[in-house]
Amino acid sequence: MSLTYEKLIDKYEPVLGLEVHVELGTKSKMFCGCSTVFGAEPNTQTCPVCLGLPGALPVVNAKAIEYTIAIGLALNCSIAPFSRFARKNYFYPDMPKNFQTSQYDEPICFGGYLDVKVDTDEGVKEFRIEIERVHMEEDTGKSLHMGGATGRIHGADYSLLDYNRAGIPLVEIVTKPVAGTGKYAPEVARAYVSELRDILRSLGVSDVKMEQGSLRCDANVSLRLIGAEKLGTRSETKNVNSLRSVERAVRSEMLRHAALLEKGERVIQETRHFHEDTGDTTPGRSKEQAEDYRYFPEPDLVPVAPAKDWIEKIRATLPEKPSARRTRLQESWQVPDKEMAAMINADVLDQVEQTVNLGADPTRARSWWLGEIARIANERELPASSLPITPNDVAEVVALIGKGELTDKLARQVVEGVINGEGRPREIIEKRGIKVVSDDSALMAAIVNSIKAQPEVAEKVRGGHIPAAGALIGAVMKETKGQADAAKVRELLLKHLGQA
Amino acid sequence: MIEKSATQMAAALQSGELTSVELTKAHLARIDEVDDKVKAFLHVDKEGALKQAENVDARRKAGEKLSPLAGVPLALKDVMVQKGIPTTCGSKMLEGWRPPYDSTVVARLKSAGIIILGKTNMDEFAMGSSTENSACFPTHNPWDLTRIPGGSGGGSSAALAAFEAPLAIGTDTGGSIRQPAAVTGTVGVKPTYGGVSRYGLVAFSSSLDQAGPCARNVLDAAYLHEVIGGYDPLDSTSINAPLPPLVQAAKNASVTGMKIGVIKELQGEGYQAGVLKRFNEGLEELAKLGAEIVEVSCPNFEYALAAYYLIAPSECSSNLARFDAMRYGIRTGEGSAEEVMNATRELGFGKEVKRRIILGTYALSSGYYDAYYGSAQKVRTLISRDFEQAFTKADVLVSPTAPTTAFKIGEKSNDPIAMYLNDIATIPTNLAGVCGISIPSGLAEEDGLPAGFQIMAGAMKDDLLYQVGAALEAALLSKWGAPILSGAPKLGAK
Amino acid sequence: MSKITRADVANLARLARIEMTEDELDHLSSELSVILDAVARVQEVAGKDVPPTSHPLPMTNVFREDENRPSLTPDEALSGAPAKEEQRFKVPKILGEE
Repeated sequence: MSLTYEKLIDKYEPVLGLEVHVELGTKSKMFCGCSTVFGAEPNTQTCPVCLGLPGALPVVNAKAIEYTIAIGLALNCSIAPFSRFARKNYFYPDMPKNFQTSQYDEPICFGGYLDVKVDTDEGVKEFRIEIERVHMEEDTGKSLHMGGATGRIHGADYSLLDYNRAGIPLVEIVTKPVAGTGKYAPEVARAYVSELRDILRSLGVSDVKMEQGSLRCDANVSLRLIGAEKLGTRSETKNVNSLRSVERAVRSEMLRHAALLEKGERVIQETRHFHEDTGDTTPGRSKEQAEDYRYFPEPDLVPVAPAKDWIEKIRATLPEKPSARRTRLQESWQVPDKEMAAMINADVLDQVEQTVNLGADPTRARSWWLGEIARIANERELPASSLPITPNDVAEVVALIGKGELTDKLARQVVEGVINGEGRPREIIEKRGIKVVSDDSALMAAIVNSIKAQPEVAEKVRGGHIPAAGALIGAVMKETKGQADAAKVRELLLKHLGQA
Repeated sequence: MIEKSATQMAAALQSGELTSVELTKAHLARIDEVDDKVKAFLHVDKEGALKQAENVDARRKAGEKLSPLAGVPLALKDVMVQKGIPTTCGSKMLEGWRPPYDSTVVARLKSAGIIILGKTNMDEFAMGSSTENSACFPTHNPWDLTRIPGGSGGGSSAALAAFEAPLAIGTDTGGSIRQPAAVTGTVGVKPTYGGVSRYGLVAFSSSLDQAGPCARNVLDAAYLHEVIGGYDPLDSTSINAPLPPLVQAAKNASVTGMKIGVIKELQGEGYQAGVLKRFNEGLEELAKLGAEIVEVSCPNFEYALAAYYLIAPSECSSNLARFDAMRYGIRTGEGSAEEVMNATRELGFGKEVKRRIILGTYALSSGYYDAYYGSAQKVRTLISRDFEQAFTKADVLVSPTAPTTAFKIGEKSNDPIAMYLNDIATIPTNLAGVCGISIPSGLAEEDGLPAGFQIMAGAMKDDLLYQVGAALEAALLSKWGAPILSGAPKLGAK
Repeated sequence: MSKITRADVANLARLARIEMTEDELDHLSSELSVILDAVARVQEVAGKDVPPTSHPLPMTNVFREDENRPSLTPDEALSGAPAKEEQRFKVPKILGEE
């Protein structure tokens, strides 16, 4: 018997644990001087160190430490006066040394928190997510699975390995168990990753592109009966790679766990993989025996003991926190909470801000990004930010409307054209021959035609029933194929009918 | 000429009396002549060596100012990576592997114009004390071909003793430079940890491994040490400070007024009588030279061997994980990557290596870490404290290098613990990161084989090793009338 | 007396990715028991108040600047590969994801 989500929430409390991996945007790798540029030809960005060749030794990238400390500070963490790298030992072909240089019981940052806002039935509510630790490690290489089912690991005949990514600095941010979110667990998970991403972006430490894997989330989910102390068995859904998927994966796992528990079955502690297409998770390879990572202090590296003044210097250069920035923007734009949340949810705050900075009115800028552009993004199942339309384009469109060179309706055509890659707004206006009919005589001809066609409506208007004018205006707009400025038509029509 | 010291060879090259090509050819000829008996080399790079020699000769002819050892040949332990030259670490695992890069030590040798003759045999991945664990063949002690040349760097020490090379590079994790030096009548130095770059040294136990010079006399070793030593930004554990003046210390061979501490715990039971006798004679010589001999106690040294045989295997279990048939080295087996890894590691690693990997895996595994690896690290602290204490009472510490002279090949192969005891006197310095040298103390009366005298000094006090070592060496030389190796069998005479 | 069973060694061999024959398992389990007995001595002196030493010299903060250094050429990188294809290391099929 599976439960509906509502029933599930009445009976169980979800507890989350989120582990976010971020690839740092340093020029060189964590332990060697190889480039970190994404998308290079395979195995062109490798050296003895990141290939794990016998004899090679790591040297820590100072920038990576600086970035990690900045992340820790931004997440209200303490910075350890003494921390160490450790080896996490396990075999995997994409890991050149068959151990990952990571941190174990002495992470560089620990004990922070992040407040996130979620839109609930009772309005926007704040949840505090406690951060357990922030530590440094290195990324692995990438495998291409060949033969068998396309690109899938299962059924492949062999694999091809590219180690360009191996050794790219990775920061892992681990939360404490997150309880008390109730039915909003999926939204809280999403809001957390989203907020974290905003912070990382504002710090300039990563390009935080989830689709390229520079930010990845592992979501641990467990359920316990409401009121129970003990945590339930968790599953760990690995490498969820979009905000939407974070939310969906958590919800899907909650439902799956509940279904198992209702049947009296056990939840197995295992790693799972989320599938965007089906919206559910499948188990990773079950291991008959537990891994034992045999962590021990990395003897090839010496401890990190950041000086106080270094930490303070980093603290002093931290940018405005995204939450503070939002408060500031909300005040300056005079936007209600719900609208603000909508912008954050649609991830268009940066775009709106830039559009406003380019001279557009905040309300108009917002309505474009949340309206037409969001609609198209939704249709195409893409984030608005990844559509090929820039704040520049939107600001230009808004300006053209202001100057009367575009109507709202025409502007929508232009925006759609930009998104379809037809060019910049000016080019599209030219190519498509879009023009607001503002020639009074042409408009008057259309107005006269509309009155002729609906004389009884015209009479009503003459008689002072102004709302009736809509039918006439509509007819004019139709005749001019929408290229007329409706406000202008209204003005001329009312004047003509003696009502202005 | 090949029996001369490296310093003498260098002088002959500088005076124009000899070319590097001639010198290199003489050594290559010697290798041809004796190495089928000694088996010191795994790979001889004739062509490369001669090319290097020609280059040095040309530069010298052009009037270029060359470094002191330019043109002198050297034997390189096969654990040290050299670009394009087979590097096997004495293991089947790396058969056919030619590294695409130079270790820092090799880069420094090359830029000093030192001629690298080839790669020398060793216990597989430097795990052993006899060179019997080489996957290729055992190396034989030039003093008695039925005996071991020490290990793990037995190839380097045997090459020196057989006059196949005047200089060699070794690596010392628990005694692998000093113990082979002791049993072959040569000189070997384990520098302060961090004093010589480990970049390109195939790791056995990262926190213990240290490369160092091997030679036939103390001054030669000092010159070589100055070439390879010093800060390297590619090794995070490299000490960022200038080396103390080593050659100068070797030339200023005086011990007057120095306090020499004899470690109580490193003698007595388990030490061969003849070895102890030569050791005590060495002490007498030092006293005659004006040093004050004091006894010091290092009570935790008795735990050093146990700590070492937990720390080294633990680190090696992780360091050797990279040999997995995916990126380099041999590959065998069918099926999945995992199955191929399993099969390759079964085939590629020898018995001792497997034993240590399994032991290390155990010592690090959850539930046992604290009792084994964790406790061993604490012992390491105690041993460092013992050294600190002892160095408040003496400038340098001394002991026999190895408890016995060279044993017979095969004698201890089936008793790992008896084999491990060879390193009982050398291991403490590795655990504490301090430095040590072994110089010949003479031939043990009972078997006529060389014994070693070990001198240890504090971190970054490597100069004291050379100062005291050279003083003792000179005293013993004048006592013997000829270098110890002149008493070794003449292998060349067929 | 530490007792390492055959099953223990088999599990360690699995963690260490070394295939072992039945004989080897037998042999190693008895050998390891002896060695462990000898090395277990470290526990005698390793008191709670003794800090562990993982690095022989007390160094901290060894960093390099975030600068690029030349990489190997792909040919050099792949020069030791037992098998290669499309400028990548070719490896047997991988059974599961980590």
